[in-house]
Amino acid sequence: MVTKKPNEARIVITGVGLTAPNGNNLTEFRKSLLTGKSGIQKLNVRYMGEVLAGICHFDPLKYQKKKELRRGTRAGSTAIYCAQEAIADAKLDLASLDKSKIGIYIGITEHGTVETENEIYEIKQFNYDVRFWSHHHNPRVVANNPAGEVTLNLGITGPHYTLGAACASGNIGLIHGLQMLLLNEVDLALAGGVSECTGSFGIFAGFKSEGALAFHPDPEKACRPFDKDRNGLIVSDGGCIFVLERLRDALKRRAKIYGEIVGYAINSDATDFIFPNKERQVECMKLALNKASISPEDIDIINTHGTGTIEGDPVECQAIREVFGERPHAYINNTKSFIGHAMGAAGALELAGNLPSLEDCIVHPTINLDHLDPECHLNNFVINEPKKVDKVDYILNNSFGMLGINSVVIVKRFEE
Amino acid sequence: MTKEQIKDTILEIIAQITPDEDLSNLKGDIPIREQVELDSMDFLDIIMELRKRYGIEVPEDDYVQLATLDGSVAYLEPRMRGL
Repeated sequence: MVTKKPNEARIVITGVGLTAPNGNNLTEFRKSLLTGKSGIQKLNVRYMGEVLAGICHFDPLKYQKKKELRRGTRAGSTAIYCAQEAIADAKLDLASLDKSKIGIYIGITEHGTVETENEIYEIKQFNYDVRFWSHHHNPRVVANNPAGEVTLNLGITGPHYTLGAACASGNIGLIHGLQMLLLNEVDLALAGGVSECTGSFGIFAGFKSEGALAFHPDPEKACRPFDKDRNGLIVSDGGCIFVLERLRDALKRRAKIYGEIVGYAINSDATDFIFPNKERQVECMKLALNKASISPEDIDIINTHGTGTIEGDPVECQAIREVFGERPHAYINNTKSFIGHAMGAAGALELAGNLPSLEDCIVHPTINLDHLDPECHLNNFVINEPKKVDKVDYILNNSFGMLGINSVVIVKRFEE
Repeated sequence: MTKEQIKDTILEIIAQITPDEDLSNLKGDIPIREQVELDSMDFLDIIMELRKRYGIEVPEDDYVQLATLDGSVAYLEPRMRGL
């Protein structure tokens, strides 16, 4: 028998702030996911020419002055937008809160690449004379920059830092926020992930050199996880920050509760720089299920990590088959097919896109899945059209990254 | 460049660095930092712009001479006269 945790040891999501290539808040994002609206477009990238990418179109001046934008980074701006939106969504009155007890934990795939490339491009115009290297460079490229810019913007004096965990970072920011609440280090966590990767030619060029950058004459059809015609991933911007609170505090202030984080896990492959490892993915999902004290049959939606690469997608499907059996009860979808790979934001953003399912019992589909690769076969893929189901109690969110870092988060429909 | 052109150039650089500020009433004899939100990093942006645009190098010991708009024009005039 599972002992019910006390309310101060239960962590709930009470606010969502996000920007995705197809929506700048949860309502817009969800609508796009249910109506098949992709956010992939053409983009001209320095030295690369035309590539396909997911670009966010939020208004940074909603929460920042022009001067702040000039001085800071795109990742910082994205984090500020998402944090502000999350606080507003949670209906928190920041002025009445102890700002020293708010923690900011933001996942990043990398940071500083965009800014360093820009500086090198700039001094190239001056024959690489480093007298023209910007004095803003260091505060822009320090790894805590995106989280630090949030503290400057909001006057939050609690801990802030980023968590580098490659493409698993969004989930890991969320998990870390939960852990800090459980440790009573903070009373409120702003947790999630951001990415500004589309500003870097090196990110695109690196994936292209790996043979992992997707291309298609129609940008909206380029990201096709699990389809037999997939040919790589799409690099995207994005951001998603959740407000996390202890259930006791959320109930006290009668907050809207999106869901309760009941399970999570992080582990490492220890096998390769790039290629995934099925056994470790299986272990990670099982660890998260154990943490939640539930069995695979309890999961209603699996948001897959699948990025659209030839090698990666089948491995995840094998792992899911091993954990959930050949005929999984859970419905399976993929959010990247709409927005591409939002890198450090991916885990958090994809979870956000699925959260409304706990309330409306609609599972958003995987788009561009026209010919399911037999190697990726899973029975309950929701393909191209949303599916209304009888119940959604649990969502399992996979997010994996380079150097073999795996993360899984399980969110439960809130019940007192 | 004439003194007026130099003044306009400095104002244009400050406008670029402080895009949220209204510079229309900037007084020439009062320190710029007392009139607009301009910190030390912003000041270094002015120095960098002068270097990038006109190849003018302002030694750190001379920074104080750029405290006001009038002082900046007086300091830069001999260096920008031939531009």
